[in-house]
Amino acid sequence: MAEANGGLNIRPMDQFRVEPLFGGDYVGMFTITNVTLWMALTVLAVTLIMVVGARGRALVPTRSQSVAEVAYSFIYRMIEDVAGRDGVRFFPYIMTLFMFVLFANLLGLIPWAFTTTSHIAVTAVLALAVFITVTVLGFVLNGAAFLRLFWVDSAPLALRPILALIELISYFVRPVSHSIRLAGAMMAGHAVAKVFAGFAAALGAAFFIPVLAVTALYALELLVAVIQAYVFTILTCVYLKDALHPHH
Amino acid sequence: MAADANDAVGMPQLDFATFPNQIFWLVVTLVVIYMILSRVALPRIGSILAERAGTITADIDAAETYKRQATEAEAAYHKALDDARAQAHRIVEEMRADIQADLDVAIAKADAEIAARTAESERRIAEIRDSASAAVAEVARDTAQEILTVFGVEAEQKAIADTVSARMKGGAA
Amino acid sequence: MEGDIVQMGAYIGAGLACLGMGGAGIGVGHVAGNYLSGALRNPAAAAGQTAFLFIGIAFAEALGIFSFLVALLLMFAV
Repeated sequence: MAEANGGLNIRPMDQFRVEPLFGGDYVGMFTITNVTLWMALTVLAVTLIMVVGARGRALVPTRSQSVAEVAYSFIYRMIEDVAGRDGVRFFPYIMTLFMFVLFANLLGLIPWAFTTTSHIAVTAVLALAVFITVTVLGFVLNGAAFLRLFWVDSAPLALRPILALIELISYFVRPVSHSIRLAGAMMAGHAVAKVFAGFAAALGAAFFIPVLAVTALYALELLVAVIQAYVFTILTCVYLKDALHPHH
Repeated sequence: MAADANDAVGMPQLDFATFPNQIFWLVVTLVVIYMILSRVALPRIGSILAERAGTITADIDAAETYKRQATEAEAAYHKALDDARAQAHRIVEEMRADIQADLDVAIAKADAEIAARTAESERRIAEIRDSASAAVAEVARDTAQEILTVFGVEAEQKAIADTVSARMKGGAA
Repeated sequence: MEGDIVQMGAYIGAGLACLGMGGAGIGVGHVAGNYLSGALRNPAAAAGQTAFLFIGIAFAEALGIFSFLVALLLMFAV
């Protein structure tokens, strides 16, 4: 980026590189990479919170148990509120998505960590899984009536074909925005943090200004990490509602 | 970064060579998390929450029962209190009636005695008065006879007695 | 020299693409501001609408992230 200028050598995208953990350059399908490591840590974190934290089964919850309970009832109520009562049977799937995204985001904030959710490949798989599930579920549950989702009955007849086209496009843009929102937000925050950290290295005596900026940015990133997980989950619920109740 | 000779690609996110690796490990991760959550974590937390909700409901029910029992006990207490009060009132009334009856008898007896004594007294007063008036009449007769004798008037014994008794009757009237 | 001009064009384009973030910022501010004014009018109904607040913010913010992505692509991928 700035090599031409000489002095400043900030490479904000290097932190997103997928590299094999045990030497070599080749990244095959089953190679153990930093992706593997951080996803394993995500699994570990989810297990710690949700299984070990709630191990006591205390009637009056301990601190860690109440975290697990809050996460549980938070997602449960979100599904009930947004997707309706019959969306509750998809609770484990949505909880899996939420837990994975949340902990991948949060673990990515650890310095030198690799943020798995900053990769389009990861978020695209998550978003496509939601998209395909919702579409298939919509047709299975409602048959051809699912297409009424695109036919806005409340609009004037002349406008309906145009609206149907717009609705159709917006329907297919969903997985794109769903995945790029998450990956983009994660990538943006980490890249900006890296750029500011690079400034701190380059500024010498005035290093504390970028360090303060990075500190503030970290607080914001913590918020963004949680909000993006929340948004990813609630949008999943919104799409699920379309499949369960396609009538506007 | 595109100009960097060491980097084959600028954005690691667009390095399609790493996609199969990422997708494979992502799917593995998701399946593992799903298994952990759906098999262990979620049923456990759900049962904890349900148990707690059950306990809270049971506790609230128990509290309701206790409250009802307390209300009933209070009502019973008030009833007992009212009963006791009524009984005490009744006993007081009975006592008062008994005492009144006794009192009435005693008063009647006393009245009768008083009446008897009064009658006796009156009788004795009458006797005394009678005897006194008889004595007065005799004294008067004797005195009259003496006076007449002193004046030298010879009078019939009977005429004097009649006159004295007539005068005494007139004086009494 | 030709490569430098291409690179310059890409960098300028990346800078221009970042203008889109301003639009996203306006949009997010609009959503949050309207939510707040509505919540102040009827605080009782506010709690039930936070989900829609976040959905609205997410949609508005997505467009800003698209422009950021375009900037990144211009800088690193083109």
